[in-house]
Amino acid sequence: MSLVHKVGMADLKICVPPDVLSTLGLGSCIGICLYDPGSKISGLAHIMLPSSELIKNNSNVAKFADTAIIKLIDDMVTAGANKRRLVSKIAGGAQMFAFTSQNDSMKVGQRNAESVRLILKGLNIPILADDTGGNYGRTIEFYSDNGKLLIKTIGHGTKEV
Amino acid sequence: MGEYFDNMNGMVLDVLKEIGNIGAGNAATALAKMIDKKVDMKVPKVSILEFKEVPELLGGEETEFCGIFFKIEGDINGSIMFLLEMESAFNLIDLLMPREERLMDEFTFSALQEIGNILSGSYISSLSGLTNLNMHISVPSLCIDMAGAILSVPAIQFGQIGDKILIIENQFIEPEGNESVKGYFFLIPDVESYEILFKSLGVSL
Repeated sequence: MSLVHKVGMADLKICVPPDVLSTLGLGSCIGICLYDPGSKISGLAHIMLPSSELIKNNSNVAKFADTAIIKLIDDMVTAGANKRRLVSKIAGGAQMFAFTSQNDSMKVGQRNAESVRLILKGLNIPILADDTGGNYGRTIEFYSDNGKLLIKTIGHGTKEV
Repeated sequence: MGEYFDNMNGMVLDVLKEIGNIGAGNAATALAKMIDKKVDMKVPKVSILEFKEVPELLGGEETEFCGIFFKIEGDINGSIMFLLEMESAFNLIDLLMPREERLMDEFTFSALQEIGNILSGSYISSLSGLTNLNMHISVPSLCIDMAGAILSVPAIQFGQIGDKILIIENQFIEPEGNESVKGYFFLIPDVESYEILFKSLGVSL
């Protein structure tokens, strides 16, 4: 029996086969899945903001793209993952509400996605799947058995990447 | 600045609750005028919750909700969102303009935007009157999707100052048909507007 580990908003978890990591109702936040295909150790972070810099109250590392990715890698390496083998899949970063006159606060989904891509690139972690943007929510499930990511939506279909 | 909701003293909380009460009272009056029927209101519940507790309150991250979002502009900037479950949304439309079927069409969308506009507008105007601050709301933007995804919008804005979210729960009841509408307001001042808002209410942080 595989267990499903639920990752909440501003939260991160790791697991090993046959378990599954899941986060429900991603909007502008991003679900970052990291995977070591060798050991099959998997990690999922549900981040809310692109960067912990410029934010005074930044004690929750899982809230920010920069600090969450570092912590997730640390946790996975401690559990036995090989940092150089890590690959990633990301989803979320939607803009739930549209306005004709755009200001920055409404584009946080896009900024989150850009920040996550930049950080992963800086760490030489390939992004195997990138399902970000749009104007709809996503529920994601990451399978540590095979590294597949299932993405479910309301009205925008279901897909596996 | 910093952990507003973490270090919030009783006085600040009381002020926020009172704003919730008055704003919701005016919203109920506006609703009654709109449907031309008596509308009762339960005492609003104002809560400050951890992010992770909010989806539970709403019945799970994947429950389908309708969110109507407005920007607040004027002496203070920020946003306000009115959130309601689809069942409540259709109950509201039935009160306003009954139709044979419950359809997800342009009529429904624009009716919900208009309802959101009137309720949020009366909320903000009572806040404006209470604080003597000039503020108005933008045109509405509507989103029907998973509760968690809609909530990410106010959560991210609150996330810039802490790990908690201010939520005002309102329940309106139309006594004749006994239809009940449960809605939630999220009032989200921009980081730099908190101080202006509290100062104008005579509260020092």
